[in-house]
Amino acid sequence: MSNSLLTPEICAQIDKWIAKYPVDQKQSAVMGALTIAQDANGGWLTQQWMDEVADYLEMPKIAVYEVATFYSMYEHKPVGKHKICVCTNISCLLRGSEEIVEHLEKRLGIKMGETTPDNKFTLKEVECLAACCGAPMFQIGKDYHENLTPEKVDDILNRLE
Amino acid sequence: MITIEIDGKSCQAESGQMLIDVADAAGIDIPRFCYHKKLSVAASCRMCLVDVEKAPKPLPACATPVMNGMVVRTRSDKARAAQKAVMEFLLINHPLDCPICDQGGECELQDIAVGYGSDVARFQELKRIVPDKNLGSLISTEMTRCIHCTRCVRFSAEIAGVREMGATGRGENMRIGTYIENTIDSELSGNMVDVCPVGALTSKPFRFTARAWELQQRDSVSPHDAVGANLHFHVRRNQVMRAVPKENEAVNEVWLADRDRYSYLALQADDRLTAPMIKKDGVWQTVEWETALKFAVKSLHDVSCQHTSAQLGALASSTSTLEELYLLQKLMRGMNCQNIDHRVRQADFSDQDVAPLFPYLGQSLSDLEQLDTALIIGSNLRKEQPLINQRLRKATLADRGLISEHVKANMMAINPADYDFNYPLKAKITDPSLIKALASVAKALGADIQAESCENGQLIAETLKNGQNKTLLIGQFVQNHQQASVLKSLISTIGKLSGSKIGYLAESGNAAGAHLMGVLPHRGVSGKAIENKGLNAQQMLTEGLKGYLLLGLEPELDSRFGATALETLKKAQCVVSLTAFKTPAMLEYATVLLPIALFPETSGTYINGEGRWQAFNGAVSPAGEARPAWKVLRVLANLLQVDGFEYASTDDIRSEIGSFHLETPIADNSQCNPLPNTFEIPTSNELQRITEMPIYAVDAMIRRAGALQKTTDAQKSTGIVLNAQQFAHLQGHDKIDVSQNGQTFELTFRLEETVPQNCALMFGGQMLGNWDGFLTVGES
Repeated sequence: MSNSLLTPEICAQIDKWIAKYPVDQKQSAVMGALTIAQDANGGWLTQQWMDEVADYLEMPKIAVYEVATFYSMYEHKPVGKHKICVCTNISCLLRGSEEIVEHLEKRLGIKMGETTPDNKFTLKEVECLAACCGAPMFQIGKDYHENLTPEKVDDILNRLE
Repeated sequence: MITIEIDGKSCQAESGQMLIDVADAAGIDIPRFCYHKKLSVAASCRMCLVDVEKAPKPLPACATPVMNGMVVRTRSDKARAAQKAVMEFLLINHPLDCPICDQGGECELQDIAVGYGSDVARFQELKRIVPDKNLGSLISTEMTRCIHCTRCVRFSAEIAGVREMGATGRGENMRIGTYIENTIDSELSGNMVDVCPVGALTSKPFRFTARAWELQQRDSVSPHDAVGANLHFHVRRNQVMRAVPKENEAVNEVWLADRDRYSYLALQADDRLTAPMIKKDGVWQTVEWETALKFAVKSLHDVSCQHTSAQLGALASSTSTLEELYLLQKLMRGMNCQNIDHRVRQADFSDQDVAPLFPYLGQSLSDLEQLDTALIIGSNLRKEQPLINQRLRKATLADRGLISEHVKANMMAINPADYDFNYPLKAKITDPSLIKALASVAKALGADIQAESCENGQLIAETLKNGQNKTLLIGQFVQNHQQASVLKSLISTIGKLSGSKIGYLAESGNAAGAHLMGVLPHRGVSGKAIENKGLNAQQMLTEGLKGYLLLGLEPELDSRFGATALETLKKAQCVVSLTAFKTPAMLEYATVLLPIALFPETSGTYINGEGRWQAFNGAVSPAGEARPAWKVLRVLANLLQVDGFEYASTDDIRSEIGSFHLETPIADNSQCNPLPNTFEIPTSNELQRITEMPIYAVDAMIRRAGALQKTTDAQKSTGIVLNAQQFAHLQGHDKIDVSQNGQTFELTFRLEETVPQNCALMFGGQMLGNWDGFLTVGES
């Protein structure tokens, strides 16, 4: 067995997820496990990572692919150091997300779905992130940034490494 | 029972039944795509929306349980409008390539679009395009046509029991497939072609060869396993273009194993024998039938005159029809010769006089679904009997659909290697000799024998004792074991002590027929004991006779003796082979080759493992000069002046067979030799050879079905498989030398955990030494 990617530390993290569910329903931990795998791999998943998660959770590989391709937070191509997930759903749209998108694209010189040549930023259009009260908003890493204006966006980006 | 009304018609239904099932039973058509009666309900296509009184919106008939007094309209304006709207959505992304689509003319989407759709498309935008993946040699894909019904996904998860297909992505980007380039390896994969309502999954060998409306449908029965699956051959201009299942709930339900579906490809095999051939003065020549028959008769006659008729022997394939087998033994016995057999893979004949009348499943195929406990002994069941395994899988399912945490039946296995099952096993023992394992179970049940006890043996015994509806299934590894009689005695004892039924898994679709027709050296028709017993297959193939008559058999591949059989046959004075194919080996040993029809080309009867008689007619006429074997045997008998061969058709033969009253044969599967008290298990410091007859090598037709030979299962059934830990040091080598009885073969090898230590798994259907014994391996 060449479980080379799932180090004991990663397995320990996945085990915490497995422990949350009934003993015979290991596969319930698939989303948590994929998130751990994605973080360990620099923000995106490869087939080998997904296969190893499938083997670890004793579930069919195709079932892991299904989950990993259904949810938009799993990436299947390399992403930049900071993934900017911009909400363009109805509340954000009404509150000016178009302007935010335009500003981001102009400032970073890339279109939605692209990564800057220095691999620092990836722009991604996402559906509602449940922060309508602070529209328009985007998510970078684990942080939500709300009530965005072009100035505020510049400020946030300037502060990022 | 409750009463509901559908389209003004009053229908009786069970409470909780789905509306679509009630409508189907009442003959009321509701359009559907994702619903399939053998699969779980997805309710995703929405095509079956109907108008239910008091419901505010149309409801999907496939997912709406009926309630007493429900009033349903399937054709009201509301229902029609819903159906038309769904149809329009389904067609948005569906390409208009029906003229070049294999499904055209037999397409559910096409048919329902005509019945329920609109005649004009309003969609102006671009249609979705989905790239195809190569799924292997059996299924071809055109995924742009897919309407996401998920029938294939549910089929692979629920029936095939291996999740190979899935729905990846979502919304507009959802795709049905394997996600990565991966072949579909299930032994039932061809059924995905049937369940696909559109032309997304089609049969690869059939692709672009015929249109549905050019085909005529002829019924037949498949001879490749104990099920005897019912099928339709689709024929165009006297050529079988494809095979599809014929629905028969009691036999194959609506499924076919890939073996049954694609064996027709052998009809067009490159090495098909299409004209009689004789070897005169060492040179092969193609001749007229009359010349060949006379030559054959003279050769056989010479043997019986120069020696005695006891120097003749007949060996038959048990995929031959009942009529052919009956005539073969009648001919041989008419010549006063009892050397007749079909058990070419059997090694132990010591209990043949007490053995059951025929290899009887011990129950009906559908009974298998009701089992709560089963012990599979010596069988790679998934590959050996794909549809029987499917029935057992069904028995373990708590409900239609996936195996849930509530497994309904306790399945257990005792096998020489750790074979894969697509349902959970409560207990298993991997024991290359099988004897130790069975003895431990028997002992745990209280048998008075000397045996080591083991934990799993205890568990199996305990589970069998507690089961209500239980059976022991005897597979090929037991039937072909060197100590088969001892194993069968042990199994019989376990059966008696635990109160379990015993079932044999017959190796082919007419092994039962061959037994009942007396294609045996010690029993005549209907099992009547023969006084002067003839030689059995093993004796005939190893000790050597002067003359042989072969019926549809390639002993060098079909038997357990491989190269030995070839050498024995080569020494014979004459070998008359009734065969559909000619091989280099055959040209070496035979003196006459008489071309015979394959089962799609002849009429006849097969008796399956449950004792069911199934008659069929030829779908096409035989290739070239080939003739049905019964006609060849009839003429041979006439020329050999054996009386009683005035048959005009297989019906005549069948009515003569009918006089033996075997329509509902009964076999007592508990019959066996007395149980010994101690057991001898051969040991050696060499590797014990385990031989499996692989799924795609079981008979001459299967070995020539090109598409099956390209499957992963076929590719994996070559070379030798060794224990991964024990032989880790061989990693990196391409081939190894394998020595058995002084012979050495250079073979490819695989390392697997499934093969026990000190064992080597090899595959039948090749000319590679005897099936059992010990061997050594070394770096080549």
